[in-house]
Amino acid sequence: MPPAYIPLLLFSLLVLAFPVVTLIVFKYLRPGSRGGPAKFQPYECGILPETSTRGRYFARFYIIAMLFMILNVETIFLFPWAVLFRGWLAAHLAAFALLPMFVFLGVLLVGYVWLYKKGALDLA
Amino acid sequence: MSPMLHSILAFVQTWWVELLCAVLIVLVVPLAASYIVLVERKVMADMQARLGPMRVGPHGLLQPIADALKLLIKEDLIPDNADQFIFWLAPVLSMTAVLTSMGAVAIGPWFQVARDINIGLLFVVGVGALGPFGIVLGGWASNNHYSIIGALRSTAQLISYETAAGFALVSGFLLAGTLNVRAIVETQRTDQAWYVFLAPVGFFTYLIASIAETNRVPFDLPEAESELVAGYMTEYSGFRWSLYFLAEYANMIVVASVGTTLFLGGWLRPFSNVRWLAGLDAAPTLLLAAGGAYCVFRAGKQPARVQSMFMWAVAFGCFVVAVIFTLALPFSHLPLERMHDGLYGAFWFLLKVSAYIYIFMWLRFTLPRFRFDQLMRLGWHILIPLALVNVADVGIALALSSEFGINRWVAMVITTAATLGAAMLLLHWNDKYSAAASAALLADSSIAEDTHAG
Repeated sequence: MPPAYIPLLLFSLLVLAFPVVTLIVFKYLRPGSRGGPAKFQPYECGILPETSTRGRYFARFYIIAMLFMILNVETIFLFPWAVLFRGWLAAHLAAFALLPMFVFLGVLLVGYVWLYKKGALDLA
Repeated sequence: MSPMLHSILAFVQTWWVELLCAVLIVLVVPLAASYIVLVERKVMADMQARLGPMRVGPHGLLQPIADALKLLIKEDLIPDNADQFIFWLAPVLSMTAVLTSMGAVAIGPWFQVARDINIGLLFVVGVGALGPFGIVLGGWASNNHYSIIGALRSTAQLISYETAAGFALVSGFLLAGTLNVRAIVETQRTDQAWYVFLAPVGFFTYLIASIAETNRVPFDLPEAESELVAGYMTEYSGFRWSLYFLAEYANMIVVASVGTTLFLGGWLRPFSNVRWLAGLDAAPTLLLAAGGAYCVFRAGKQPARVQSMFMWAVAFGCFVVAVIFTLALPFSHLPLERMHDGLYGAFWFLLKVSAYIYIFMWLRFTLPRFRFDQLMRLGWHILIPLALVNVADVGIALALSSEFGINRWVAMVITTAATLGAAMLLLHWNDKYSAAASAALLADSSIAEDTHAG
């Protein structure tokens, strides 16, 4: 691990400690809980839930999640290209810098248009 | 001295600045987040022609502290049906993800936990992206219909707009050529332009996406009170609820910091290359002195002695910080002079972040809420393709100016016009398309009977 990440690691532990320690300490400091069993029912505006929430969900959410996976991986592919881009331009490699990524974006665009036509992007 | 103690001492000696920053961030960011809540209530009150919180402390200045104390000792319920461990874990996860991503943000050139890590903003975006896990887990673990619908909506929204935000950030990285926070800001100094002017479409895409990512109006569907009680937070009470709330407001600070670093010149003073505008360096001193003078003026008018003492204390604090800023000016020849960059950088950075967050509040009290399908359509049908086209156009603008010697501003104007043309086309297609979609939706009434339709 490069040394610059050591403070970051300690910082993330400290950050994790903040909510955990506060939750545990105030568990003993706050007044105890009172009330009957109804208090521990799910709050659904006073109506007792009739069905379980571990049921079926609108399938569009799965499609959205899949599309997100694909597109966000594409974003990650763009990051190193973006970082190196100005270096290539400085070396007068403009065509080398632009064309492969345009092919990539073009393929992405074709897939996007296909999804659009199929209606995969509508959540209604 | 034992060898272990020795090595710990050596470690602290090497990293004390970073460790100090780490402790300060953990202490200050939750406090700052709760004060943003107060500012928001005050701004809301101002826009609605009323006073807002006035009771706790002068002008309600101690309200966040009273709220925090109340939430800490409030009854802490875990419903019987809930998944106990995940219910406990989810808000902690949300908070940890957001605060950890603050670690790579640089508040001024000196104040940063992870100095010079080369992945910089990628770390912020990547760790920040763990936040939705807290939301979806919390909604699932609550075992409540409102919670799960809120969590699903929220996750769908966050991941949709995260893609758009990612593409928008790429257009900034193209200009900066690095992910390192410090280097990004320094490149903007040498380029003599904030990237909001070279990639305006990228900035506005990021602005919209960042509002959606922080679940704010007009994209606050997950918490749509009138429909879903409180969305994924319905079952949460007391400190757990406030963890979610703090995470949301701390996330505003994070997205505003990313936007400021990449597009608004980070900690650079406006016109940092213009010598004759160096007088702008007096702005922090003058602003603080004016704030202190106002507090002195108001101190005599407070109804209670405690309140006027508090006002005096605030005024004193303002004057002390103003003096520190003055002593840090380069002509003072004091040891403090070495802190000039850090202090003034932090001032300008925080000013820009505040302006960015003010836009969030302004929009909140101006716009009505989107419907869920409209929200998803804006994200998937308009923002994502627009951001993609913008990445290509920024690339072309850079290539034009380096290969053919075209002035970069001319290249920027041409490509931005092209991007905006693409945006108009997208809007046009989308209008035609959505009219057809609404007609189909009205024809198919069976959807309304599906309770989980989101």
